Amino acid sequence: MKWIAAVLIGGSLLLPPFFAGDFYINLASQILIAAIFALSLNLLVGFGGMTSLGHASYLGVAAYISALLTSRYGFDHGAAALISILGTTAMAAFFGVIALRASGLGFLMITLALSQVLWGLAYRMSNVTNGDNGITGLTRPAPFGFSLESPVAFYWFVLIVSTIAFLMMTTFVTSAFGSSLKGVRDQPRRMAALGFNPWLIRWITFVYAGLWGAVAGLLYVYYHKYIHPSSLSTTSSAEALLGVIAGGSGTLGGPAVGAALVLLLKNYASAYIERWNMLLGLVFLFIVLVMPAGIVPGFSRLMAGLRGENR
Amino acid sequence: MQFWIIQGLNSLSLGGLLFLLSSGFSLIFGLMRLANLTHGAFFMLGTYLAATALRSFDGLNIWTTAIGAGFVVAALGGLFERLVLTRLKANPLGQVLVTLGMSFIISDACLMIWGGDSIPVPTPQNLQTPTRLFGFVFPTYRLVLVGLAVLVAVSLYFLIECTRLGAMIRAGVDDRQMARAVGIPVSRLFTIVFCLGTGIAGAAGVLGGPILSAYPGLDADMLPLALIVVILGGIGSLLGAFVGSFVIGFIYTFGTALFPELAYIILFLPMIVVIAFRPQGLFGRVGA
Repeated sequence: MKWIAAVLIGGSLLLPPFFAGDFYINLASQILIAAIFALSLNLLVGFGGMTSLGHASYLGVAAYISALLTSRYGFDHGAAALISILGTTAMAAFFGVIALRASGLGFLMITLALSQVLWGLAYRMSNVTNGDNGITGLTRPAPFGFSLESPVAFYWFVLIVSTIAFLMMTTFVTSAFGSSLKGVRDQPRRMAALGFNPWLIRWITFVYAGLWGAVAGLLYVYYHKYIHPSSLSTTSSAEALLGVIAGGSGTLGGPAVGAALVLLLKNYASAYIERWNMLLGLVFLFIVLVMPAGIVPGFSRLMAGLRGENR
Repeated sequence: MQFWIIQGLNSLSLGGLLFLLSSGFSLIFGLMRLANLTHGAFFMLGTYLAATALRSFDGLNIWTTAIGAGFVVAALGGLFERLVLTRLKANPLGQVLVTLGMSFIISDACLMIWGGDSIPVPTPQNLQTPTRLFGFVFPTYRLVLVGLAVLVAVSLYFLIECTRLGAMIRAGVDDRQMARAVGIPVSRLFTIVFCLGTGIAGAAGVLGGPILSAYPGLDADMLPLALIVVILGGIGSLLGAFVGSFVIGFIYTFGTALFPELAYIILFLPMIVVIAFRPQGLFGRVGA
């Protein structure tokens, strides 16, 4: 059953370039990028039990590094991408050391404070980041000489990267290390007694999540060819977290579905109303109060009920 | 010399404001184990209410406005606590998420009602003339603000340490189950403390108005400062909030004056140092 669903979803991802218009192909690219981002946050929230409200830091910083290096310092895209991913991962390693001194709500507050500081920096250091105007006029890379300017070409690029990302993150959580991570989430003391190092396991996960957050950030800036401090804001972190929770944290595919829903909601809602933040807040209240387990677990429970299985 | 003294006073007044903001946050966290991310939005709501009230009604002064706005925000907070937060008692993560959602709703509502331009809040007329002290000129309003913050700190201290309500709050902080067992209405206590904390935040927003003025994003500017204060001082500790507020007030003010670009990075440093050596904060208790 699971395999059929996976094949169906995988197959349907191959279809858009063949029949959909540019608008929908671009939308699909954005969904894939949001999905990578949500999946990387899910490593922390769902599998590590570490609820971070600062995940936009990695997306935003990676995007800013790449944008600055290519537009201002004349780096080519390959080198800029490498530096940006390494730099962002190093930052995640540093932030992890600070944030993992605490757990639970303390962890959440530290990640939020750190990301807010970065957001403030992006706004205030206007001679570097161009402040509220953002950085414009960016270009997309051309890996191996293939131009990514057309929506279809860019979609294939994003699809390849997100497939790799999905497989790598799935391997991460289904591996022996992933099992120890879930052990640390549920029973940190027993895991410590068994000789595992809970801190190190959490820290490695934190850094790994930062790495994929950085990849999502690179794709994000390639897609938009523009970067603004709002991509570092709490709203940006909260959108990803909402995707994770709405889709079902701690499931493999759920956050991708959740992220897609949040993005679609944002796109369609902003066509009719300007009040995206208010809608986001209301959806937060709704999901937490009505569907705390998320949409995908809720749906699969429904399916199991229809097939007459007792759960 | 003039520079240092004026900036010193600015630091004190920012510290006072931060204390008003973070004491409520800290109280709520200490009792309810709830990181109230709506706190910055409640502060901003107070500022906007002041901007409108002081312009529309001649008879109002800033003190009555602060008390009025405090009650309005406290009522809103109480409603939110009763209607939403009590439903999520067993779900601390869910509680944080709804406070975050609520902060988006409030800040967007403020943007909708008051628009995107910053609205100045007038300084009270009788405090506009600067005070001369030891040959230096001080903005009187800021001096009064510092005094007020100290007054609130002392009152809160007496409330917690010397009254029956305070004794019940302390009992609830120390051992919620046991407090319930001896007949303390912990659930009602939650509502009272939540109203108190958010009410102080709303009043602080009014008092901060003449210094900061009301603008969209004020909540996002103030919340991280409050978070850093309580992380530094120790979450749930009133003394920690007091010391942390003035430390951050000084660091932020002098940082902005001396190295405007790096003020945000300088803000990091005390937090990192404290977390590295005392993860529970300066005055926090282990396990709190």
